[in-house]
Amino acid sequence: MRNDTRPLLSVRNLRTSFFQDEGTTKAVDGASFDVFPGKTLGIVGESGCGKSVTAQSILRIVDRPGRIVDGEIVLTRADGSEIDLVKLKANSREIRSVRGGDIGLIFQEPMTSFSPVHTVGEQIIEAVLLHSEVGKKEARLRGIEALRSVGIPKPERRIDEYSFELSGGLRQRAMIAVALSCNPRLLIADEPTTALDVTTQAQILDLLRKIQQERGMAIMLITHNLGVVAEMADDVVVMYLGKVVEQGKVDDIFHDPKHPYTKALLQSIPSIDSTPRLKLPTISGSIPHPFNRPKGCPFHPRCVSAIAGRCDVEEPPLQAVGEGRKASCFLYP
Amino acid sequence: MTNGDAGTGKSVLLDVRGLKKYFPIRRGILQKTIGHVKAVDDVTFFLNRGETLSLVGESGCGKTTTSRCILRAITPTAGQVLLSDNGEVVDVATVPKNRLRSLRRQMQMIFQDPFSSLNPRMTLLDIVGEPLLVHGVGNDQERTDRVVELLNLVGLRPEYMRRYPHAFSGGQRQRIGIARALALNPRLVVADEPVSALDVSVQAQILNLLLELQERLGLTYLFVAHDLSVVKHISERVAVMYVGRIVETAPTEELFASPRHPYTEALMSAVPKPDPRLRSERIVLEGEVADPANTPSGCHFHPRCRYAQAVCRETAPAQEEIAPNHFVSCHRAAELSLRGVARSGA
Ligand SMILES: Nc1ncnc2c1ncn2[C@@H]1O[C@H](COP(=O)(O)OP(=O)(O)OP(=O)(O)O)[C@@H](O)[C@H]1O
Ligand SMILES: Nc1ncnc2c1ncn2[C@@H]1O[C@H](COP(=O)(O)OP(=O)(O)OP(=O)(O)O)[C@@H](O)[C@H]1O
Ligand SMILES: [Mg+2]
Ligand SMILES: [Mg+2]
Repeated sequence: MRNDTRPLLSVRNLRTSFFQDEGTTKAVDGASFDVFPGKTLGIVGESGCGKSVTAQSILRIVDRPGRIVDGEIVLTRADGSEIDLVKLKANSREIRSVRGGDIGLIFQEPMTSFSPVHTVGEQIIEAVLLHSEVGKKEARLRGIEALRSVGIPKPERRIDEYSFELSGGLRQRAMIAVALSCNPRLLIADEPTTALDVTTQAQILDLLRKIQQERGMAIMLITHNLGVVAEMADDVVVMYLGKVVEQGKVDDIFHDPKHPYTKALLQSIPSIDSTPRLKLPTISGSIPHPFNRPKGCPFHPRCVSAIAGRCDVEEPPLQAVGEGRKASCFLYP
Repeated sequence: MTNGDAGTGKSVLLDVRGLKKYFPIRRGILQKTIGHVKAVDDVTFFLNRGETLSLVGESGCGKTTTSRCILRAITPTAGQVLLSDNGEVVDVATVPKNRLRSLRRQMQMIFQDPFSSLNPRMTLLDIVGEPLLVHGVGNDQERTDRVVELLNLVGLRPEYMRRYPHAFSGGQRQRIGIARALALNPRLVVADEPVSALDVSVQAQILNLLLELQERLGLTYLFVAHDLSVVKHISERVAVMYVGRIVETAPTEELFASPRHPYTEALMSAVPKPDPRLRSERIVLEGEVADPANTPSGCHFHPRCRYAQAVCRETAPAQEEIAPNHFVSCHRAAELSLRGVARSGA
């Protein structure tokens, strides 16, 4: 089914850990998944499961004391060549040409990712100058066009404003403009709408969809909001404690989840079309502390279907459980 | 007072009428007032005993300011906050300071941020017991007993009593905040975004706890939130706010199935539904939420409303009861037929 297209980005067995005096946090613990051209991959999971660190690993911007300890991140470049981003030196010229060139990034907190002492324009112009050979004047014109293309009204004026002068929605649009100014083939969006109101969120999601259609860009959409994923994603990866526990097409994940964690997660969300005031099914227990990872399947202490003597001993591999889908659970295949 | 939900014979606990809170905008060295932020601008609603009313709306629409006025944490600019207190009706907005103390025992607040709302240097015992101490309830032993009882009530182990908040997870901290709010046996609990900062699985636990406590203790909730799915889950009635005003109030199912205000319709259609088969044509609102320091003329929503006509620009619509218990402020409410949330098969 997907044999016709090569993945744009292929993450294999990625491990990223933070080494601290108190202990080691295996933030990403053997994650594998693919991002296909022009498609949206949603990455979901509860707080601390390693979504952001996965994105940081791809861009090679993991903070100390963290580092990638194992795995491959293979990017297919525009000319068809493949590079393993893990092998690149952090801060080398190659990785910088990938960041903001092949791959654009937008974060949850536009306030912290824009510099407060430079205007929005200075930051966009800088991005344009870094990745294309044009003069200052042309870069400014391109910056204005970039702001216009993300629906910012009066871009010729906004370009000279500071980010704190913009509303939350406009700031998020400006950040998208920066990320898109170099025509990336992959956009990594880490909780791009989490800080926004629903009506603003709807505007931003609409914008992302429109841009994706126009440019055929792939999107890796990280969010803990299952509604956003259901609306946007073609494929979904579910993470728990640094591992991919399930992946598949969006319809399969939402209508026929396999992994007990995916099932429990979906049941625990109140939905706008569910019956009011019924008790919500909850996942028993809480997410283990990252220093105290359970043995065996990471989810077994909270799992209703855990098999004693198996799930608490052995770790289930991520394997095919149907066409185009995988899960790591001893209940399958 | 209004009769509230006449059909079910419920009585009104809280009756808010024409509530306003304007914050002055000051500029220059003389700090001259150059304008006002109309954070709450003529809000009217009531709350029946034992029910949950949600106040829903987008950031900055005045939800927190409304709750703070109700608890008299700030003094309203105008309007009445009528609380029925043992058969007597008291206006919390104007009651003298010396009576406030006893009224505050009946109204408690749960906050959004379980991380910053608890004093990190106080133990659980101190945090949960503090309201008892402040109001001079019982002796040391009695207070400790009450704290044990409260911790059990919210599902925390009493053995943890001597620990500090940093040792607890977000969900556990929110339970601590709830135990503290319940210490004085309040009748009205105002919960300002109590689950917004929590993960989905933890959120479900806290919502269940709130429902369970309401049943056991007969609590009345004013539930402030921006997440419509959560609101749908917890409330009997919902009030929708837009830029300082309530635009629509209705029983929960009715509001979601047949909204009568265009903003409610747009708000509901903007909520992403956790079902890829329901990817619907969303109503994407143009422009941004109006600035409460510079509100539009007429209906505050008219610049973004796809049904707006000349009258909407000119006069603010009055609140009318369009169906039993369904209140709406829209000039065109009677003629429009708006889209609600389609129920999925389940
Ligand atoms: N700079 C850091 N130093 C130490 N530990 C870190 C650092 N950044 C992340 N971690 C740890 O790595 C794990 C994964 O974190 P990550 O930020 O990827 O989670 P997430 O899935 O993005 O969560 P959220 O939904 O809250 O954003 C967590 O246990 C976190 O505490
Ligand atoms: N003390 C204050 N001084 C001046 N303006 C204020 C003050 N408190 C609130 N405001 C303004 O009043 C308006 C309503 O704020 P409020 O906090 O009530 O909104 P909210 O609906 O609770 O929003 P959120 O969902 O973001 O919590 C906002 O424009 C806010 O900036
Ligand atoms: Mg994150
Ligand atoms: Mg608020």
